[in-house]
Amino acid sequence: MLKINNLQAKIGEKEILKGINLEVKAGEVHAIMGPNGSGKSTLASVLAGREDYEVTGGSVDFFGKDLLDLAPEERAAEGIFLAFQYPVEIPGVSTTNFLKTAVNEIRKYRGEEPLDAVQFLKMFKQKMSYVNIDQSLLNRALNEGFSGGEKKRNEIFQMAVLEPKLAILDETDSGLDIDALRIVAEGVNKLKSPDNATIVVTHYQRLLDYIVPDYVHVLYKGRIVKSGTKELALELEERGYDWIKAEVDAAEVSA
Amino acid sequence: MNSNTDLKAQLIADFKDAEGKMNGEAKSPIHLVRQQALQTFDQLGFPTIKHEEWKYSNVKNLVSQSFAFNAPSDFSAADVEQMAIPNLDGNILYFINGVYNESLSTIVSPTDEVVILPLAEAIKSHADVIEKYFNQYADSADNAFTAVNTAFAKNGVFIYVPEKKVVEQPIILRFIADARETNVAAQPRNLIVAGKRAEVKVAEAFRSFGENVSFTNAVTEVYVAEEANVHYYKVQNETDQSYNIGTTAVYQEGRSVFTANTVTANGGFVRNNLNIKIDGEYAEANMFGLYIPNGKQHVDNHTAVDHAKPNSNSNELYKGILKDKSTGVFNGKIYVRQDAQKTNAFQSCKNVLISNDATMNTKPQLEIWADDVKCSHGTTTGQLNDDALFYMQARGISKDSARALLMLAFAQEVIDKMEIPAIKEYLEGLIVEKIYQA
Repeated sequence: MLKINNLQAKIGEKEILKGINLEVKAGEVHAIMGPNGSGKSTLASVLAGREDYEVTGGSVDFFGKDLLDLAPEERAAEGIFLAFQYPVEIPGVSTTNFLKTAVNEIRKYRGEEPLDAVQFLKMFKQKMSYVNIDQSLLNRALNEGFSGGEKKRNEIFQMAVLEPKLAILDETDSGLDIDALRIVAEGVNKLKSPDNATIVVTHYQRLLDYIVPDYVHVLYKGRIVKSGTKELALELEERGYDWIKAEVDAAEVSA
Repeated sequence: MNSNTDLKAQLIADFKDAEGKMNGEAKSPIHLVRQQALQTFDQLGFPTIKHEEWKYSNVKNLVSQSFAFNAPSDFSAADVEQMAIPNLDGNILYFINGVYNESLSTIVSPTDEVVILPLAEAIKSHADVIEKYFNQYADSADNAFTAVNTAFAKNGVFIYVPEKKVVEQPIILRFIADARETNVAAQPRNLIVAGKRAEVKVAEAFRSFGENVSFTNAVTEVYVAEEANVHYYKVQNETDQSYNIGTTAVYQEGRSVFTANTVTANGGFVRNNLNIKIDGEYAEANMFGLYIPNGKQHVDNHTAVDHAKPNSNSNELYKGILKDKSTGVFNGKIYVRQDAQKTNAFQSCKNVLISNDATMNTKPQLEIWADDVKCSHGTTTGQLNDDALFYMQARGISKDSARALLMLAFAQEVIDKMEIPAIKEYLEGLIVEKIYQA
């Protein structure tokens, strides 16, 4: 589904990604972990097409298409979904209106007929149950005045509506208490299928208790320096990141 | 300042000419007012950009042209139907090139609820009311446009709501400029008098047609008695060749409410003056505005609210979306007199520049003599939020749609203040259409 090959990116003059290699297949859950500033969120943003980052090298193939060649909205229409670490508050635009526009623009991109109001109503009702989100929240301006938990639930609700092939969860656990975390994780798990894949970007292991990864990768200094299974996440929880940093830094010195 | 212009000379000549043809009225009190106003106009001349109030709004190109005032038009009922605001019920009065057209107009409100008359007729039939309120609030002293409007005051509407009457149906004044054949000009003069506890909604809607230049110089005076409630709308949708300059002057008594919504969808050169004097306690003045110029359109809003008595509130919100090479001006004055303790006065002007070539000039001016007041003002001019744009794009919404949605959301706050549903829908339509234009 997704093949990242030697991806490099910078913001301004600062190189952040220095050669990322990663392959994600349908049905898989990948966790990307790493200390603060290692480039985790940058990777998520670059995959979604944020313009602030300049891709300086490498390639990203998504179902045979050059992802880096597509505008953010085209990537979304191809099936990429980024759940934001900090969902943006947009006064004056209701969540439902926003999502209707998104769904119909994506359908248009795919050459499908737009959904009408009744179809939306039915679909929204069904998807709302995934994350226990309330109708009144959806009538309000997008994320405006939402609590941290409401914002994250809204992200997963949007994910349920848009049914992406690849969901990238950027620090979805940040700012959530344990109950909210469980609701969000359950929503993500319900949406899992053999045809889609998930990349979970997180600093802490606790989210991975609920969204169990098939693979865990550790990002440090702009590279994936260690990959393993879910046991690696548990080891990181126990030992922290320092031992990995030390390993990498020692290798750099000797090189 | 005293520079002569083609237009000024034409107006002064026209005045003398019309005066010569007057029969009896030349000696009437209202004509003395006109004569005085003409004198003021003659002394002032049209403003140049050296005038502080006209620094960013240059009328040079306007005043060097000549116009046919109150020109005939062959707009038919069928044409008018084309320009009707859909689903709008109420009293609808058409003024074509400034002249009231009775056959195109509909007055539905009963006469014991509200008197709606062409000004010229009211001058005769309601002389006492006219004498009491006419030219009491619009000040010609430093405004040549108001002066020349007063000098020619004849066309326009007189609206009188007696005490305790609630006018159910809105009153819509359609000012249509037909510039298909030649340059045309009109100087509507309106007087709205709302008696104690009366309620009325009045909208002025301006449109122009044709390739030639149209010039509308409208002055509206509004008297709001104790506990009366007046909703006033000014809606402008004119061609790029149009000049629309006007003043709305409002006088509020105690416990009255006055709300103005000024929306400029289109117009080549627009200058709206909104002056409110609050001369009673516990009164409330609301001023809302929206302008979305594109191309080389120019929209200038000058507002002034004068708090003369204690315990009153004013609340102002103007928003602008400026595209292409358009220019905007906002000048908001708040005066709080020494007597006006416990005044609350809030002012906000927010603008979004969609292009690097658009310009917005904002100037809040607060003059406060009282010491126990709450006043705030803020103006912002910025671009659309990039984070919001990316967020929307990441959900599959194209950049153009995302921009349009954000612009519409920005404008919605002002649109939502409109209380006549048909006018609100009409404006929403105009704004959506304009926002989605590349």
